[in-house]
Amino acid sequence: MTTLNPSQAELDQAGVSAEHHADHRIFGLATFLVADAMTFAGFFAAYLTFKAVNPLQPGAIYELELPLPILNTVLLLVSSFTFHRAGVNLRRGMNQRCRQWLLLSAVLGLAFLASQMVEYFTLPFGLTDNLYASTFYALTGFHGLHVTLGALMILIVWWQCRTPGGRITTDNHFPLEAAELYWHFVDGIWVILFVILYLI
Amino acid sequence: MTATLTPQVESSRPPSLQPHGWLRYLSFSVDHKVIGLQYLVCGFAFYLIGGALAGAIRTELASPLSDFMPREVYNQVLTLHGTVMIFLWIVPVVNGAFGNYLIPFYVGARDMAFPRLNAVAFWLIPPAGLLLISSYFITGAAQSGWTAYPPLSLTTPAIGQIIWILSVLLLGGSSIFGGINFIATILKLRRPGLKLMQLPMYCWAMLGTSILVVLSTPVLAGTLILLSFDIVAHTGFFNPGMGGNVVVYQHLFWFYSHPAVYIMVLPAFGLVSEILPVHCRKPLFGYATMVVSIMAIVVLGLVVWAHHMFTSGTPPWMRLFFTIATAFIAVPTGIKFFNWLATLWGGRISLNSAVLFSCGFIVNFVLGGITGVALAQVPFDVHVHDTYFVVAHFHYIVYGGSVFVIFASIYHWYPKVTGRMLNEPLGRLHFLITFIGFNLCFAPQHWLGLNGMPRRVAEYDPQFAFINQLSSVGALLMAISTLPFLWNVIASAFQGEIAGDNPWRALTPEWLTSSPPPVENWRGEAPLVTEPYGYGVAADELDLKAASGRDLWSSGR
Repeated sequence: MTTLNPSQAELDQAGVSAEHHADHRIFGLATFLVADAMTFAGFFAAYLTFKAVNPLQPGAIYELELPLPILNTVLLLVSSFTFHRAGVNLRRGMNQRCRQWLLLSAVLGLAFLASQMVEYFTLPFGLTDNLYASTFYALTGFHGLHVTLGALMILIVWWQCRTPGGRITTDNHFPLEAAELYWHFVDGIWVILFVILYLI
Repeated sequence: MTATLTPQVESSRPPSLQPHGWLRYLSFSVDHKVIGLQYLVCGFAFYLIGGALAGAIRTELASPLSDFMPREVYNQVLTLHGTVMIFLWIVPVVNGAFGNYLIPFYVGARDMAFPRLNAVAFWLIPPAGLLLISSYFITGAAQSGWTAYPPLSLTTPAIGQIIWILSVLLLGGSSIFGGINFIATILKLRRPGLKLMQLPMYCWAMLGTSILVVLSTPVLAGTLILLSFDIVAHTGFFNPGMGGNVVVYQHLFWFYSHPAVYIMVLPAFGLVSEILPVHCRKPLFGYATMVVSIMAIVVLGLVVWAHHMFTSGTPPWMRLFFTIATAFIAVPTGIKFFNWLATLWGGRISLNSAVLFSCGFIVNFVLGGITGVALAQVPFDVHVHDTYFVVAHFHYIVYGGSVFVIFASIYHWYPKVTGRMLNEPLGRLHFLITFIGFNLCFAPQHWLGLNGMPRRVAEYDPQFAFINQLSSVGALLMAISTLPFLWNVIASAFQGEIAGDNPWRALTPEWLTSSPPPVENWRGEAPLVTEPYGYGVAADELDLKAASGRDLWSSGR
């Protein structure tokens, strides 16, 4: 966000030099995450209402096992911690350390996705079997989409942190901070999702 | 920074990739003023399309039989009319067009907080609109109304419905990006020294609107994704035949679509609050109560959605809660209404087109507000639900309210945007035909609804024929009223009287620069306007550059 306008000639004519203003991108991202959270809130509200007022039709199967989701929760929470360590190391100027932590976070994220796939293939119900099953897949699938995007972001940030030549340096770490905020958000949503889908 | 801009560098600089002149308006420009005009012109083009669809509806309803078009086509036309007018005309214009043009001026910034995101938000709109319109020519557009209630939307032809969902998702995304940009610009990009309570009222209106956009639009997006699963993947979220629940769709839909009404009228409230003080030469009455009212409407607007669902088997406690919450909304709205009247009261009103349309807004909006309070009452609502009474009420809010304000705003800001004045007699003619046509079109529909004519049906009881014909004549007048307006804005752009920088002698920051404003808004530093409504002193005492209005006002007394 250096210059606000592309036409330098017109700027010079107007006698205005390119002004710098504070970086509001994290604020913008946080606002977007509020919007994203509202999408999940809508899904959660729908699921809880279905549970409250729409009994399963006779013969419909909707059973969830706990071990795999608990493993998933641990994977994501640990990855949040490792991402945090990556940011701390970057700010200390230790890019190599930062990259190791980032890679570990990405691996944990991908492990979550793999484990989620295993759960999908072992569940006794499919997408269109009944109302609860559909909502289960819609919610976990929408969250899984977020995890996939987050894991991609971590890998991009990992690539940008390379020394020498990477975009992300001790002075410019916006991409890492943005990816970190997003990743913590995705983890936070998972915790709520875990409680609502598996525990209630 | 200036040190690097030596003449030598200038001559060797590669030419800018951004086009100049009018071609800017067809480019991916990141200038907020260009984007604002892109929103306005694009929105107006869709207004003409939506208006043509409305004309088709009123032509069909001029006779009790379905003789002008087949019933399926009628369903498509009314669905397209609602969707185009709401998502492609009013929402983009009252938010995107005027918001983008004015908000950076009002906060003393050179552009929006995220200019590229801003351009992306605009350029989502034309493809979404073309997608929506094209569905009519591919296989037939959606037939389930702008509400797309299941199971109707699950049983009507699927392709049109899916294209409708895609289009609305794109428009919702555009709206969310815009909302994020406005929140960041108003809260974070204010000129140093400018406090929140010194901002022009339109900033507050846009802040409130953007909060509603960010909180409620994503819920609609999620709901429509679930609906598309029901259509494409044959899940059963909203399909009663598969154990699904249609009322959940209605709750989620109205959680967005009731606030959507405020997304359409709150910015209009803000614009009227800018226009009236200038032309009445008085400070805006009750600034603080206006701000509190806007925020109260934002909070209450999020908890009244189920008043659209009184006939959907809602339990009594829910009916009670939502009736009371809805009645409460009349309080902040009423405060704003009386504040506008008090602003007019005793002012030296210059009764030009901008003020005429603003006053037309006040009259129409209070009528729509009264029928709104009536509709919030369960016994009354159950009687008139899904009748023409609701159609009349809604159009009094969005046409009598928002569209009147859009025209008022065009008359008010046209000199700033183009540097030329609009033709005043043509403007008054436009107002006269619009006001008569609008009331002739929609006032009789109250009677139709009370007597039981259902909405969204191509045929009706012959006893309603005369009133429907009156309404259709009104619609014809509304269509005709567009002609003097179109002629006025096009001809005045070339031949209009030169406006000068500040023809209205206004105090808000957009007038304290040249007309049209330069790129980056001001030559030199942005002015600090701490009291934007400081009117009420003799013209020669008014120092526009100092522009600390409260001092001027009190010393003038």
